[in-house]
Amino acid sequence: MQTTITPPTRQRSLWQRWSWLLWVLVIGIIYFWTINGLKFSGFQESAASVSKSILHGLVHPTWSYVYDGSGEDLVSLILQTLAIAFLGTIVSALISVPFAFWAARGPKERYFLRSGSGKVVLTLIRTFPEIVLAIMFIKAVGPGSYAGVLAVSVHSVGMLGKLFGEAIENMDRGSEEAITSAGGRSGQVFVLATVPTIMPEFLSYTLYRFEIAVRSASILGMVGAGGIGTPLIFAIQTRDWSKVGIILLGIVVMVLLIDSLSEQLRKRLI
Amino acid sequence: MSTPTIPRRSWAQRYHVKGIGWTVLMLVLLVASAQMTGVNVGMFFSNLGQFTNLLVRMSNPAWDYTTVIIQPLLETIQMAILGTTIGAAFAIPFAVLSASNLIHNRWLRGLTRLFLDLVRTLPDLLLAAIFVAIFGIGSTAGVVTLAIFSFGMVSKLFYEVIETIDMGPLEALESVGATKITIIWYAVLPQILNQFISYFLYTLEINVRASTVLGYLGAGGIGVFLQRSLNEFNYNQTAVIILATLVVVLVIDGVSNHLRRVLL
Repeated sequence: MQTTITPPTRQRSLWQRWSWLLWVLVIGIIYFWTINGLKFSGFQESAASVSKSILHGLVHPTWSYVYDGSGEDLVSLILQTLAIAFLGTIVSALISVPFAFWAARGPKERYFLRSGSGKVVLTLIRTFPEIVLAIMFIKAVGPGSYAGVLAVSVHSVGMLGKLFGEAIENMDRGSEEAITSAGGRSGQVFVLATVPTIMPEFLSYTLYRFEIAVRSASILGMVGAGGIGTPLIFAIQTRDWSKVGIILLGIVVMVLLIDSLSEQLRKRLI
Repeated sequence: MSTPTIPRRSWAQRYHVKGIGWTVLMLVLLVASAQMTGVNVGMFFSNLGQFTNLLVRMSNPAWDYTTVIIQPLLETIQMAILGTTIGAAFAIPFAVLSASNLIHNRWLRGLTRLFLDLVRTLPDLLLAAIFVAIFGIGSTAGVVTLAIFSFGMVSKLFYEVIETIDMGPLEALESVGATKITIIWYAVLPQILNQFISYFLYTLEINVRASTVLGYLGAGGIGVFLQRSLNEFNYNQTAVIILATLVVVLVIDGVSNHLRRVLL
């Protein structure tokens, strides 16, 4: 005798069976709207020749620009870019600490009024474009790398405050409780338990933010806030592609070096 | 009975050589950077009046400007969607090629990863400046910039996802003699699809933020109006643009966060 085994059929509702069609429709409409809405300027006639000269410039960079001792050469401007990023990151890390404690949800907090308001403020800071900040600071302290430092310091608070705050929320509260139960005052709890527990994470996030700051410091110069961006935008505007080539090479090497250095340091921290 | 002994601290530990060394290094770097960038704290405070004046003018937004910027704002979102899609599409083959559990050839993997690392070093505004020079002023330059920018980011996120998958189904298919394409289609794809979509949405969020400033260099979208208002010192219009951008970013973040929570 032979019995046939039928696989169990799962009863699925109409919605479960056909909801994918709705998704396809929604995504289709979004892409239809996107592609119809954008006006493609098309390729300019000069696009091919410009690309060719850019490639030619990248292959034949102006090596003499690397160092000429004038203080306006590639090496000194890259060092200046790194200085902007370094100083901006350190200042913003210091400013971020109180913001982080403001935005971190406490273990005993009930309605999240304090942490919620802190999170809103950090989101506001994060969305304020860095370029606009740089332009505002240029009005205050004049064009130059000082404005860049201020822009990086303020803008980074948005992200660092959020990351620090999340680190505080997820930290291990065990050592804090240990100090409290041994009779430590809140100041002692903070110094002996809270700070040592979160310090490695704070440092690691700061290093990570430094990597991002190096990238933004290299473009802040495009609006006049110091660093390597200023000669780059001039070189692009005057179509000096060999100079663009050497500056791009400089930025790529700088970013790669900083990224690998920071990665090594972060690996040793955690 | 043995008496407990306190472990001896080495000379370096006793005098905190490491800690003091790092502190000194940091201080030296700080002073050097401050000198190099010409930081002058006094100047900031003496010119604080100009800065607060700017903020005061911004705190009084010109609301009637809102109607002007709706169209460019939508264009910004369209640029972000298209750029992210193109970038993600190109990222998939590169992500497969750099995943160590799928590609066993070390040289091929190293080469694609080096290429991706190089792409990721370039900041978005720098790419925008170059593509505006190639394609001319307009949203095409913005879309290409965002496509390359998201390509670098998405491919890294994607290959990290691929590397964390469960290798069981792959081995099962391999043992019955399936080809590489079949393995990827039936064993890899079902495991990673949700995370791919989640990272795609995350990149879209970042691109919406990035695309709002790309126009500053002429690459289309709301940034063009941002630059115009700043150049004409119409800071009350700048304030409207920033607030509108904030609303768009928050809405996109909210939608994408919700979708990602549903997916994962």
